[in-house]
Amino acid sequence: MKVAGVDVGAKFVKVILMDDGNVLAKSSKLVGFEQKKSIDDAFQEALGKAGVKEEDIGYITATGSGRTAVHFKTDELTEVTAASKGATMLVPSARTVIDVGAEEGRAMHTDADGKVLDFVINERCAAGAGSFTEAMARALEIEVEEIGPLSLKSTEAVPMNAQCAVFAESEVVTLVHQKTSKENIARAIHDAIASRISSMARRLSIEQDIVLVGGMANNVGFVESLKRELNMDVTIPEDPEYVAALGAARVASARAGGVS
Amino acid sequence: MKANYGYKDGSGEYFITIDTDKCNCCEECVKVCPAGVLEMVANDFDIEADDMPAVTEKERWKIKYTCAPCKPVDKESTPPCMEACKEDAIEHSW
Amino acid sequence: MEKKESEYWRWKEYAWKAPELNWEDFEIITAGVDIGSVSSQAVIMGDGELYAYANMRTGSDSPESARNAMDWALKDTGMSLDKIRYVVGTGYGRVNVPFANKAITEIACHARGANWMYGPSVRTVLDMGGQDCKAIRCDERGKVTAFLMNDKCAAGTGRGMEVFADLLGVHIQDIGELSFDIDEEPPEVSSTCVVFAKAEASQLLREGWPKNKVIAAYCAAMAHRVFTLIERLGMEKEFAITGGIAKNVGVVKRIERELKIEALKTEKDTQIAGAVGGALFGKTLVEKGKG
Repeated sequence: MKVAGVDVGAKFVKVILMDDGNVLAKSSKLVGFEQKKSIDDAFQEALGKAGVKEEDIGYITATGSGRTAVHFKTDELTEVTAASKGATMLVPSARTVIDVGAEEGRAMHTDADGKVLDFVINERCAAGAGSFTEAMARALEIEVEEIGPLSLKSTEAVPMNAQCAVFAESEVVTLVHQKTSKENIARAIHDAIASRISSMARRLSIEQDIVLVGGMANNVGFVESLKRELNMDVTIPEDPEYVAALGAARVASARAGGVS
Repeated sequence: MKANYGYKDGSGEYFITIDTDKCNCCEECVKVCPAGVLEMVANDFDIEADDMPAVTEKERWKIKYTCAPCKPVDKESTPPCMEACKEDAIEHSW
Repeated sequence: MEKKESEYWRWKEYAWKAPELNWEDFEIITAGVDIGSVSSQAVIMGDGELYAYANMRTGSDSPESARNAMDWALKDTGMSLDKIRYVVGTGYGRVNVPFANKAITEIACHARGANWMYGPSVRTVLDMGGQDCKAIRCDERGKVTAFLMNDKCAAGTGRGMEVFADLLGVHIQDIGELSFDIDEEPPEVSSTCVVFAKAEASQLLREGWPKNKVIAAYCAAMAHRVFTLIERLGMEKEFAITGGIAKNVGVVKRIERELKIEALKTEKDTQIAGAVGGALFGKTLVEKGKG
């Protein structure tokens, strides 16, 4: 049966269409002024890419902080389970899944099947999520896409003290005034958030392999810092921002009676 | 005096409370903390009193993260600073 | 000339001197210098009476900020720094006051200052500063019995309010009044985090909320946050607010509403409480022979 996983995050809606465990299409749309419209657009685009009609989709599972807004859903799934299910599908050896999105960070200890054993969440504080990097890029007056590669060119580790995104912005401005290079500031920013994410994950008994998913997994600077903080290797699956949608689609398949 | 060090942010409340009336200033909590979160400081509130333990200024902003390794989610445990205190003068709010 | 958009947070700096007092009449002159992360105050007291003070924005260099504030406080007095018997440094930059005899934590100073400012009936003091928020319980002599400080997170601080003033293009001193120029009290902004609250406010503005309603929703959120801190510490009457936010009626009235109690009012400048406390500690130390 053809199924769909819809992940409505704070910044993007991600849709995955799946048939018998095979991905038919993926689509992502920025959550704009109207969340519902973004959800519809992303879903329709995925249907178009797959060449499938809406009525052919037998089961739709929604996840993400905005999951209740998916009016055409069959049911819902928590982000914690969605990310674990998706990550273990792509990396079966994954036992620790770290998911860092725009507004939340979370870490899960999982079994081979993606069943969550323990988890920790950081929410409602920008310092522990992707929004932090975005705000810091603004303070540095660069595009958010540039900050990761920039960070890799740093020459030394500069400490950042502020633990709040608002105070950190002022600190970045001060560092710029003190003629600290943008490369070193970029690294300081990633080290700071990576340190918070790794401490959060350390509340779990970290078992390898570690898989990083969510939008922040696309930021090479953050990935480097996180590896350094954890002192362990971290696997990044292909299209890490789609992992929760994939997990939702996997669960949809299972619930619809297909393969899990 | 109940001294609450820490913070509340969007994600929750993270305070270490030291009851200076119970505290006997033995310094054990400072010694056992694996992360150096505590230190002995001059008691500004009572000029006659001995030095008292306090959370360092640097750590006040991030105890949620620094104290995380002493708070595993998969088993019940008491952080070493609380364990070491014979007078029950230290508490964690989370 | 049109004012730059980034200047909305700016508040007025000023100095004051007691017109009827003369420093030569005092026996013991002491001073308190409070170097906060956003504002700095130098207060000069003669025999425990307020004589002169200055209130200004903290610069990038703490020792220089301390000197500037003190120079300004001294400017119209005709006296010089060496006439001051004891100087106490307090606040975030307390160890960076080059001419201070002693540094004392701002918690102790604020309690002592609030006791002077509002009288001995004060038991709970809320100090809302630029980058932190403190709740303090004290006895009738202004001695601290419990405290709680929050200096990690911008929510509930003056800095959080400045970010908001900038976002909305409203001058910070007007926010309080504007927040009551509404048809009905809106639900508070749901995010505590300033970054998320900002995004939420932008969304509300796009949805067509009038600016004042958004301001009201934000003031309410700030009040609620502070309320939860006081709740954690426990509330005992009388209640008083010090610090810069004490001048924002939009937040103060909403805190009073949540606490179901009226805060004590004063004609004095609520921003100088910490420095006043410092100066009073200085006097005590001189009298005890420790100065």
